[in-house]
Order: sequence, then C-alpha cells, then structure tokens
Amino acid sequence: MSMLQVEAVTRLFGGFKAVDGVSLQLADREILGIAGTNGAGKSTLFAAIAGQQPANAGRIAFAGQDITRMPPYRRARLGLVRTFQIPREFKSLTVHENLMAAAANPQGERLLNAFFQTRGLREHEAQLAAKADGILAFLNLARVRDVPAGGLSGGQKKLVELGRVLMLDPRCILLDEPFAGVNPVLIDEICERVRALQGRGIAFIVIEHHLQALKALSHRMIVMDRGRILAEGDPHTVLDDPRVQEAYMGGVV
Amino acid sequence: MLAYLCAIGIVALIYCLLALGLNLQFGLTRLVNFGVVAFFAVGAYTSGLLSLQGLPLPACFIAAGVLSGLLALPIGLLSLRLRDDYLAIVTLGFSEAVRITIQQESWLTHGVQGLPGLPKLFAAWGPGVSDTAIFAVLACIVGLVCWGTVRLTRSPFGRLLKAIGDDEAALSALGKDPARFKVQVFMLGAALAGVAGAFYAHFITFITPEQFIPLITFYVWMGLVMGGSGSVRGAMFGSLLLMVFLEGSRFAKDWVPGVSEVGMASLRLAAVGLALILVTLYRPNGLFGGPSK
Repeated sequence: MSMLQVEAVTRLFGGFKAVDGVSLQLADREILGIAGTNGAGKSTLFAAIAGQQPANAGRIAFAGQDITRMPPYRRARLGLVRTFQIPREFKSLTVHENLMAAAANPQGERLLNAFFQTRGLREHEAQLAAKADGILAFLNLARVRDVPAGGLSGGQKKLVELGRVLMLDPRCILLDEPFAGVNPVLIDEICERVRALQGRGIAFIVIEHHLQALKALSHRMIVMDRGRILAEGDPHTVLDDPRVQEAYMGGVV
Repeated sequence: MLAYLCAIGIVALIYCLLALGLNLQFGLTRLVNFGVVAFFAVGAYTSGLLSLQGLPLPACFIAAGVLSGLLALPIGLLSLRLRDDYLAIVTLGFSEAVRITIQQESWLTHGVQGLPGLPKLFAAWGPGVSDTAIFAVLACIVGLVCWGTVRLTRSPFGRLLKAIGDDEAALSALGKDPARFKVQVFMLGAALAGVAGAFYAHFITFITPEQFIPLITFYVWMGLVMGGSGSVRGAMFGSLLLMVFLEGSRFAKDWVPGVSEVGMASLRLAAVGLALILVTLYRPNGLFGGPSK
C-alpha cells in the first residue's frame, strides 16, 4: 500500500508548465531519489506535494486522504513534511527554539497561556524541550543548541531543518537538496541519519544533484527533465539509461 | 517647570505605549502597520465620547481598548493576504480613512470642532496633583506592558510570533497556521494603542481630528526603529528619547541665535531625520537592539 500517491500533477507558472503531468508513488519506509537538471521541476513538484504551490491539475493523496487542495499546515499535521532547497531556518530563534516552534503544542501556544501557564502546560513544554534535545543530540547539533540559527553554516542549517520536521513525528519527509553545500563528512552523517529514520518507519523523497550519494541512499530513483519524468526504477539502471545521461550530463559520461 | 516636565513625561509615556503595541506587531511579527494613529484615534474618541455620556472613566478606558482591538480584526484578516509593502499602504490608507470619517461624521464626533471639555483623569485631586497621578498610573501601566511583553516573548506564543517574522511560509510547512497568531497580535497591539488614545484624550481634554495625522504613526515608528525594534528596551528608550528631544528642543531656540520659531520647528525635524539616518547606518538594529550581525 503506497503512502503517497501523485497522479498526473501539473503546476503552471503563467503558461509555463513547471511540472507536467507527473505521477509517482511512494511506499511505506521507502527512500525515493529524484534527480534532474536545474529547472526540471523537482522543487516545484515538492511544493505541489507539500502545498506551497498547489497543483493546477491532477490529484495527490497521502495516507488515503485527498490532499490536493489542502493548505500546507494541514498536510504537515498529517505527517507529510518538507525541507527547503535554500534553508529557511527561523534566524532570530536559537537552534533549540527552532525545533520548539515546530512542536505540536496548540494549548501552550494560546495567547492567554503566555501569561497563565498551568502546571500541565509547563510539563508538556518541558517534555517537548527534552524531545528537541534528543533530536539535537541525534543530529549532532547539541553543541549549537543555544546559538541563533541565522549564524549557523549552510550544512548545519540543513540539519536544523531536518530536526524541525522530526519534531512533528512525520511519516514522510521530502528533503530538497540535503547535501548542497555540505562537506563530505557531513553528507555521510546525514545519509546515516536518514537510514536510521527510515528504519524507524519514515519514508523519504530526496531531491539531490550529488548523484553518488543519492544512488547509495535511494531504494528507487526518478530522473526528471522539463517537468516530466524521464526515467524511473532501480538507481543503477536509471543512471545508466542513455536518455538520462543525454539529458542530465549532456552525453555518456 | 516641574509641571511642564510632568506633561512631557506623560506624552512620552503615551508614545511608549504606542511603541510597545507596534513592537508586538512589527518588532516581533514583522507586520508593517503604518496605521498606528487610527487605533490611537479610535481609542481617544471612544473614551472621549463615552465619558461625555457620563460613563465612569475606567469603563471608558476599557471600551477604548476593546473597540480599537476589534477594529483591528478586519485589518488583521487583510494582513493574511498582503505582503509587507502592501500591508503598509493599506494600513496607512486605513488610518487616513478613519481620520476623515471622524472629521465628516459630525453627528457623532462633532467633526472638525472636536471634543472640548473632556473630563480629566484625577481632576478631583486638583490640577498639579492630577498630572502627577496620571504620570504615575501611566508609568505603572507601561511597566506592566513591558513585563507582559517580555513574558510573551519567552512564551510558546511569542516564539511563534518571531518564527512568523522570520519566515511565515516555513512555519506553515511545519503544521502551524500563522493566520490566528497574526490576527491576534494585530488586535493586541491595536488595543494598546486604543488605551494610549484614552489616556491622551483624558490628559489633553480636547481632541480634534487634526491631532491624528499620519505623522503620529511615523513618530512611533521612528522611536521604535531608533531604539531597536523587537526589544522592549528599544521601544521604551527609543520613544522616550524621541519625545524628550522633540519637546525639549523647544527651549533650544533660546540658545540658537537667528532662528525663528518656525525655522526651529523645521530644524528639529531635520535633526530627527539626521539621527534616523545615522542610526540606520551605524546601528541598524537600533540603539538598544544589540550589535548588528
């Protein structure tokens, strides 16, 4: 049973079809890699799935629900979350606060509860804080816990974004170029974390230009070109496909 | 002289209250409200009109805060659909619409003639004492709002306001609907402006539409930006400094030879403008906003 189903999704910018009738499925605990040239429509596909730029045509279902027209925050509450290609950390909040801002805490976040915190709310907040600390330790970010996130390096910001979405206990994470601007050691580290999370039952779609890392990480791969899916299947087969080499690397490598 | 200082202090504290309201909206949440004066005016007129009907002043003050806050609801809802610059234009236009409405609807507001003879706060205690009492009460309220703001900033609610200010789309991707928080903080800031308006009305005791021009909004902005938006200290000291300078420099004409009364007024504004430029150049986070990054 697939967790995420994308059926013939199209997203237009004016007359330009950034995503043109793309269909894909994601199984439970699967890691799906997406590669493609710049402007192939990968990030727009993410935006259509996560709701920042809703699909103009087609249908998207997540965990059996039609989410095609749902606002982003409701998709996130269902457990479908994303990170961004250019990190979008809350720069004036500390790393720990970045994670806390993502935590589901509807009671504690009421205006009146800013002034009158009951013991129950304080305990809940403390639990969330402990959870955030656990995630920071998992991502090796404990050292920068109280640093404003705006001052971090690009790679660390990527990890903060990952940590933020983990606060939601997601079922599916869309990672947009998690390795861009990240040093090789950290890439291995991120891959290791992604595999560990997959082991805990989280499915991933990963957009990445770093093909070696993506090939090693993905169970299955898709290559996009000009808004369409060019090839799909086992990572080795897909990357050896001559059409892919033609489109992606301008000929046989 | 002491009476005059007290009067300057009261006006400065009223501006502090306005700046603290704007600090919630802009300093934390980055909502560009160029219509501060509208909520100030509605507060002043609400309290003024009700007091003329014989309502006790405390009730008038509460009504002023509530009505200004409610008036912010439609603007807050609008802010959900408008980016910074457009919200700025809409709120500025709104504040002018409010002023002109007050001017035109004379059956309710007495139009350009304004509302003379409003009851003064603590008038029963005699002229000298009443000002001191107003100052003391205002100082307590401003102090309370400062404490509340700090408390709010450190709360989960305040955390989300700052997150909205930093990146609203990223927050909604994390399962939070920014709409409710933006509307609430807009209303809260407006309610503070309304209470400030009530204090103004019952201190000056004579309000007219001409007192509620956009310049008031920009004084509040100048104070907040120079002091350092986003910090309570910045909002407080920025507006105190600005008001003390604007009022205090009235005396400067005695020491600057060859400048007329009118020329001096322009000179003061020029000095404020220069200070604003220097602060944005050398202390972009404001005088009390911490070092720039």
